[in-house]
Amino acid sequence: GGVRITAMTKNCHNDYKMKFSVDDEYPDLTKHNNHMAKVLSKEIYGKLRSKSTPSGFTVDDVIQTGVDNPGHPFIMTVGCVAGDEESYEVFKDLLDPIISDRHGGYKPTDKHKTDLNFENLKGGDDLDPNYVLSSRVRTGRSIKGFTLPPHNSRGERRAIQNLSIEALSSLEGEFKGKYYPLDGMTDAEQEQLIADHFLFDKPVSPLLTCAGMARDWPDARGIWHNDNKTFLVWVNEEDHLRVISMQKGGNMKEVFKRFCVGLQKIEEIFKKHNHGFMWNEHLGYILTCPSNLGTGLRGGVHVKLPKLSTHAKFEEILTRLRLQKRGTGGVDTASVGGVFDISNADRLGSSEVDQVQLVVDGVKLMVEMEKKLEKGESIDGMIPAQK
Amino acid sequence: KSTNFYKHMDSDKMVKLTLKRLSAEDEYPDLSQHNNYMAKVLTQDMYKKLRERATPSGFTIDGVIQTGVDNPGHPFIMTVGCVAGDEETYEVFKDLLDPVIEDRHGGYKPTDKHKTDLNSGNLKGGDDLDPNYVLSSRVRTGRSIRGFSLPPHCSRGERRAVEKLSIEALASLSGDLKGKYYALKNMTDAEQQQLIDDHFLFDKPVSPLLLASGMARDWPDARGIWHNDNKTFLVWVNEEDHLRVISMQKGGNMKEVFTRFCTGLTKIESLFKERSHEFMWNEHLGYVLTCPSNLGTGLRAGVHVKLPNLSKNTKFEEVLKKLRLQKRGTGGVDTAAVGGVFDISNADRLGFSEVELVQMVVDGVKLLVDMEKRLEKGQSIDDLMPAQK
Repeated sequence: GGVRITAMTKNCHNDYKMKFSVDDEYPDLTKHNNHMAKVLSKEIYGKLRSKSTPSGFTVDDVIQTGVDNPGHPFIMTVGCVAGDEESYEVFKDLLDPIISDRHGGYKPTDKHKTDLNFENLKGGDDLDPNYVLSSRVRTGRSIKGFTLPPHNSRGERRAIQNLSIEALSSLEGEFKGKYYPLDGMTDAEQEQLIADHFLFDKPVSPLLTCAGMARDWPDARGIWHNDNKTFLVWVNEEDHLRVISMQKGGNMKEVFKRFCVGLQKIEEIFKKHNHGFMWNEHLGYILTCPSNLGTGLRGGVHVKLPKLSTHAKFEEILTRLRLQKRGTGGVDTASVGGVFDISNADRLGSSEVDQVQLVVDGVKLMVEMEKKLEKGESIDGMIPAQK
Repeated sequence: KSTNFYKHMDSDKMVKLTLKRLSAEDEYPDLSQHNNYMAKVLTQDMYKKLRERATPSGFTIDGVIQTGVDNPGHPFIMTVGCVAGDEETYEVFKDLLDPVIEDRHGGYKPTDKHKTDLNSGNLKGGDDLDPNYVLSSRVRTGRSIRGFSLPPHCSRGERRAVEKLSIEALASLSGDLKGKYYALKNMTDAEQQQLIDDHFLFDKPVSPLLLASGMARDWPDARGIWHNDNKTFLVWVNEEDHLRVISMQKGGNMKEVFTRFCTGLTKIESLFKERSHEFMWNEHLGYVLTCPSNLGTGLRAGVHVKLPNLSKNTKFEEVLKKLRLQKRGTGGVDTAAVGGVFDISNADRLGFSEVELVQMVVDGVKLLVDMEKRLEKGQSIDDLMPAQK
């Protein structure tokens, strides 16, 4: 006769691994320096290893990227990812302490406030364009009912793409635009997207590839942008959606307004299909990387600060203003020609409006400091208090 | 009625997958840009059937094909595009793997039997390849330890168990096989430098073909290199297979290399058996390894040989084909030749024994060197052209 087929238990690979002891399976984290390695004791690993989310994500999946990437030269990496919404609940013994460490002491009982009402932002329309070259706000969104990029299947990814195309193609006015699937664009379209700095490529960072986010590339990945090229959506890169509002110059208020209006329009359409965004009152918007929980928002400018950036107090000022600097190539680059990418450092525990307000107020102050230093004057009296 | 070659396993070796996502149509990969063996074979109907099941350790069709989906093609070689996650993969997913094996291994049928012959006494000649031309000789193969899943799928615990068993077995070797194990994760700088100088050190895979299948997870945990004091016998632990076994030396004495290879391998196998562990093997597929291209003998026997004239001759490719040999650059599978020096090795793995394959290399290289000498003297090689082996 043939081979007898038996029904699979909920996660038969994980059950198979349970044959081995905790000592056998616990990762060697002795050379590691990331948030996961700081938290994951053998005891916690032992408690979590038998669990699986309903879609089959396990603690080994959560931590694989952190095991494979012991550390990063510039930043303290998180070292773990969520595979679905439930990861944050099933693996809370690991993720809550990481979230607390990464997000300034945020407690498991804390509540996160969402505020996408752009009218609550004060000022922000007058950053000096002689210094502030461009303004940008980005965030991510996850579609409820689907698993996340480290874990999702081709079918789920395609469903997300289809829903996204439907939602985006119904946008009008300043939001009217077009979708470019990565596996179907012409050479001319690709050239243009590169020239506009819109095109994202297959991830090369091992932080992402080790988490499985690049599987099946470029299937169901794409870029949408409006005709004005001021509102852009990435589909199925590191999150289901990355939403970006940007323009030249210093009018952050306008950028943020477009961001909030566009996001809310998109959300309505997804809700109509019974696939709203993943959100809860503790963690705010649920995203793949725990570092992006809360608002998932990075609001920033490219700003010329050649004198301030070489001042002894530059780092301290940034810390007090709750801002961070990056090179103009993004998170892993150094600055060129005294131009810095300055953005909010926080994601969780303060609202979108709060975070963009910090950027607007902080950048305004730093430009004034730059001008003082240009004139050879002191900035000692301008050093801000810790926000 | 199919013949069950897996007589040692329970009939309960397949499990029905209940953790499915969307429909087969929604999940079937887009292979329209692809050119690998998996993409040639995997239809939507086949995918639909195979997605219903998993091996007992939980390996699925998506696990099998991920590397082939992520890597549409290779500039120099027709890649396989799929891997095994455990021994049972070759049975549970035979609908896909049998045609891939047949296409890759010259028409090898699901009912064919593979012969294993590790008796080096059966090799004729091979001790006199001209060292003015043949710079070095090497034989490698892989082995999997039955009872553990394979590098694309194994857990840290399994990998460490394989390492521990390997260290124990290798530590028992004596005489000219006596040697030492160097774990990747705690070798000294001096040891590391020496291993690099000896061209023994393997590094974390960078090829997307390997990375996409998950073989580099948890690097460098439980990976290491063992070699004998004479530096002629080398074992890699937990790289692309559980074990890679290599015998090598300068010059053209392939017989000596092969003798050491057979002796060492046979000794290691008996040491594992003493500890109640066998190598994965069956009479249809021979030695079971991670990549379907390495089934059978898993053996690649080759030389680095100077053929500057012959390699420029228009008949070079044809000669290699007739001799059932393949060429590579001296850096390995993805490199080009430097200074007219080529890596020449057997093209086959499955359907021929170890002795037969090394015999082809020995006889073929001897002929190639004779042809090179003729061309050096400006003479013709037409009368030396071989028949198809």
